[in-house]
Parts: sequence; structure tokens; C-alpha cells
Amino acid sequence: MALLAVRDLSIDIAGIKPLDGIGFAVDKGEILGIVGESGSGKSLTALTVMGLLPLIGGRVARGSIRFDGTELTTLPEPDFRRLRGRRIAFITQNPMTSLDPVMRVGAQIDQVSRLHLGLDAKAAQARSIALMERLRLPSAATVYHHYPHQLSGGMKQRIVIAMALAADPDLIIADEPTTALDVTIQAQIVQLLVELVRDRGVALILITHDMGVVAQACDRVVVLYAGRVAESHGVQAIFAAPRHPYTQALIRCIPRDGMAPGSLAGIPGSVPSVANYPAGCRFHPRCDRAGAPCAATVPPLEHLPSGAEVACHFAETREVANA
Amino acid sequence: MPEPARDLVRIRALGKRFDSRKGLFGKRRSLKAVSDVTLDIPRGKVTGVVGESGCGKSTLARLVVRLLRPSDGNVMFDGVDLGRLSNREMRRLRRRIQMVFQDPYSAIDPRYTVADALLEPFQVQGTRLSAQQARDKVTELLAMVRLGQELARSYPHQLSGGQRQRIGIARALAFKPDFLVLDEPTASLDVSIQAQIIALLEQLKAELGLTYLFISHDLGLVRYFCDRIVVMYLGRVVEVLPAPRAKPRHPYTRTLLDSTFAPDPTQRRDISRLTGEIASAYDLPAGCAFAARCAFADETCRARVPLLAADPDGHAVACFHPLT
Repeated sequence: MALLAVRDLSIDIAGIKPLDGIGFAVDKGEILGIVGESGSGKSLTALTVMGLLPLIGGRVARGSIRFDGTELTTLPEPDFRRLRGRRIAFITQNPMTSLDPVMRVGAQIDQVSRLHLGLDAKAAQARSIALMERLRLPSAATVYHHYPHQLSGGMKQRIVIAMALAADPDLIIADEPTTALDVTIQAQIVQLLVELVRDRGVALILITHDMGVVAQACDRVVVLYAGRVAESHGVQAIFAAPRHPYTQALIRCIPRDGMAPGSLAGIPGSVPSVANYPAGCRFHPRCDRAGAPCAATVPPLEHLPSGAEVACHFAETREVANA
Repeated sequence: MPEPARDLVRIRALGKRFDSRKGLFGKRRSLKAVSDVTLDIPRGKVTGVVGESGCGKSTLARLVVRLLRPSDGNVMFDGVDLGRLSNREMRRLRRRIQMVFQDPYSAIDPRYTVADALLEPFQVQGTRLSAQQARDKVTELLAMVRLGQELARSYPHQLSGGQRQRIGIARALAFKPDFLVLDEPTASLDVSIQAQIIALLEQLKAELGLTYLFISHDLGLVRYFCDRIVVMYLGRVVEVLPAPRAKPRHPYTRTLLDSTFAPDPTQRRDISRLTGEIASAYDLPAGCAFAARCAFADETCRARVPLLAADPDGHAVACFHPLT
């Protein structure tokens, strides 16, 4: 039984259904990547698992989210509050949205372990500074007393990660944690997250639009398109033999060594808005291989013999052709 | 007729300093955004400038199109020193030198329709167009950036990010320029849209014989798109790669390359050795600005600024201990 298992999840926000039957699982010591373009439903997925959907006027319409044996979709808010921040932690893209600008950063990390673990002030401070050192913040004991504005973007993101770790969570959901950072800092943060998963055995859901980050860090990958799962597989297999045309196109969008000039094509058009989801396969208007059934029938997510899960009418024939 | 010079733009010892105060009564301080940049931009090629926050790449772009005036040095465009031109002469020359910005949304008046936005350059340049000519221009420019004619009546907020950037490019092309400065034109776009825009820029360059200066933080993208790569760190050029696949010799370029993840899990990077943050561009340390983060730095590096020295292939590096 995986630590977190999401099954057939659909949500409803004011009558529209931005997530439609998505599913995935992640276990301890594992990094699951959720990828897709803007508007594919990545962040909504995170919000839903965190039980924060009511904040934006949404609700779970169908399906289940099981975390360590507990069903989260029906969990009362007071119980959820004991889980959130304690056993499930959240890291956002912009650290400034997670940090209080008028509070010293050390005190903000302390708060988490005092609230959730019941530590006293002294123990909390020691724990925070140890965490900051573990996250390779230079002169941690000094930075502990700084305010957020005194820190660089990379340091602020390390503080947010320290807050996420302060209560020793089992699952961390990181929503584009490195997108706003410089490339050398992004690489360091990705490295840190990978180390944390390996050392502490936490489960990590890494939400990103960057296939490079996925290839570098993840064990398994879920590709979302317009609120549905397009494909899901192990990271090696999904890059070696992507089955869904959308996955293939996403990978082709990233320049790699040895690519000939003119070979970077992109994906024509853009992700439709929730109000304008097309019938059938939602990717078919942008797909170079769409056929007759694609506009009419929703392709079910099927388990292929290779272990891939793919929602494409032609995935099976391609699997045979590739074998 | 003499053959045109190989280089369309020549930049000599260019510097830009910004003076400010720390707080209302604080002491004066100055930030050297760009220091001693010398660079030639060959005609018909894509020259890439790559670096992280504070490296001066956007300031360099603005100096090259004279949106900013340099503190030192000069920019020669096709034999003309931009610093000696009057504003009027510069405006005239802007028909040949254009810039595309990262965020086209803030570059276009939200009350303008796409057609208005595309015709604005003609107003600025004082070119009168008849109604028919204006319609033809809008049609031509939309076609040039592969947008449908039906968008002419739309407003910027009705467009997707990719469509807005195409409008930004179409405006820059209004007077058929020779030279485009592209300042992170795809940085705020999804990778799928970024790839579309890069493909469009490749096609336009071939069709119109354009010369590009392409500013980016993404070394992977620059290595795909550019013929030559200039690497900047804290205001200085630290390396010039004469070909996109040339092996980095500056430790900073190596670090940048190691931080760029390939979309291939069989080629994971070893990033365990990367440390340190970019220093503030205020109060720069003496010596090499990268020394504090460099595994090879010694006393010389901390005392003196290494000068850019080129080998016969045009591979230039500013480092006392270049990688071999």
C-alpha cells in the first residue's frame, strides 16, 4: 500500500471540472514528478491533496485520496489540520508567499516544531539551526535572526524547505520549488530535495513544467494534460519510450545536445481553458496523430504490458510497433 | 562597392554604473552593472549572452540599443557610434535596431487592439499610412509571425502568452530591421510555447537575413539557438565560446553547464559539488568575482581581475586557471 494513493479524483469548482479522474501513487523514499504545461491542473492537484480546495470554493466531486490508511476526501477539517504541516508539508514556488516578511526567519521555522511537535523555545531553536545547517545555509546561527528581505531567493527557499521539514513530515509536496531561482541555485535546491528523500525516506511530489528537472530527480512521472492523466510510468521508461503524443511533444520541446538547428518545434496551439475543453481526447486538436475516434471518444487510461499507463486510442498499436 | 564589414555591431570597453543611496540618508553607493565589455556581433549570426541574475545581461542589451547611455566605452552599429547621435538621428536608426522584451504584455498598451499595436511603430517614426496601407501592413506583419488575421481586432488580454510575444516580435519587424536584440523573449513562457517562438525566430532570421543578440539565463537553449556564446558573471564577460558546443574553459561556465539538466534520466548531472550564491553587485570583491564560489581560486584570483584573453580560434576566457 503506497503512502499516498489518489484514485479517480475529480473536482468541481463552481460547476466546472478542472480535474477529471486523475490518479497516482507515491511511496516513502520515492520522488513522483507531476508535469504538464500551465493550465494542466498540476497546482490544483497539490491544493486538493492538501485539503485546501474549499479555500477557492471547490470540492471533491468523486474519487479517493488515501494517505497512510486515512481517507482525506472525507476527513473533517480539524483532523486535517493535525495532518497538514505535520505529516504533509507544502513548498510553494515563491518563497515570499510562505514567509512572514515582519518575522525573523528562525522564529518562523521554530513555530512549526513548537506547534506540531510541542517543543519548547530552546529545543525548537536548536532544531531549526540544525535543519538550516543541514540545508547548507551558510552561518545558520546568524541567518536564524535575519528577516526574509535580508536573504537571497535561494536562501529564502531553503528557509521554506526547513519549515517544511521542521515537523518531520512523511510527504512533501513541492510546487515548482525552483522555477523562480537562478539555474545554479535551482540545481543546488534540486540536489537538496533528492538527498532529503534518500536520507530521510520521505515521499516527495515534485510539481514542475521542466522535463529536465524531472529527468534529473524523479523516480516516477505523471503527465497531466487539461485536467486528465495523459501518461504515467517510471522515469527511465517514459523518456526512453514515451507512449502518449503529448509526452513525446513535451520532451521534444527541450533542446538537447546534438539537436540539429530547426528541429525544435514546440507544440502547436495552447492548453485550452477549462471552459473550452474539447470533446473526446482533450489533446486531439494539438495532436499530430489524431484520428477519427479522438474527437469523439475519451480514451480510457489503460495499463499496457510495459507497465505504462496511457490514455490514447493509439497507444496500444504504438506499443506493439515499438516492441 | 566595398563588402560590408563582417561585424554589424562593435562594442568597445563598455561600462555602466548606477549610483544610488542606501535608504534616504544612507551613504552613496554605486553598482557596476556592466564593466569593460568588448564584443563584436557578426552579421547574420546569433550571438548569445548567458548568465544569472545580476550578471548585467539585460543592462548590456539596453546599452546596445541605447535605451541606456553607457558610463564608459561605446557601441558602433554598422560603423556609426551610437553615442554621438542626436535623439532624432537615433530614432531614425531605430528602424534598423529593434528590441524584443521578456514580457510583451507590459510593452503593449492594454487599450490598443493588436492592429493599433502593430501600427504604433509607424506613428512613432512619423510615417503616414493610408487606411489601405495600414490594413496591408497589419496583414503582412500578422502573417510574418504566423498569426491569423482575425486577431487584428483583439486586445492584448485576450491573447495567450505565446500570441502576445508574436505581436512583440511583429512590432519589432515593422520597419524590416537588420538587428534584433532579444531580451529573454521566452523566459515567461511554457516550454512548449518557448519552442514555438524559437522556431519562429529561426525561420525569420533565414527569411529576413537578421542578426540577433539573444539574452538568456538558459545555457541549454543558448547552446541550441546561438552561433556564439558570451558568458557573463557580475557585470563582466568571463568567457566567449566561438561555437555553441565548444568545451567551457571558465569554471563558472562549467558550473552553468552542470546546472543545466538534460531531458534524459540516463545523463543525470553530478551536482553535489555546486555551492555558493551570487555575490551582490554592490561592493564587489577585489579580484575575480567568481573566486568565492570557485574550486580553483587562489590568492592571485582574490587579488587581481583576470583579463579576457582569446586563443586563435576566438575562444576567450578570463581566468587565471582555465580548465583544459
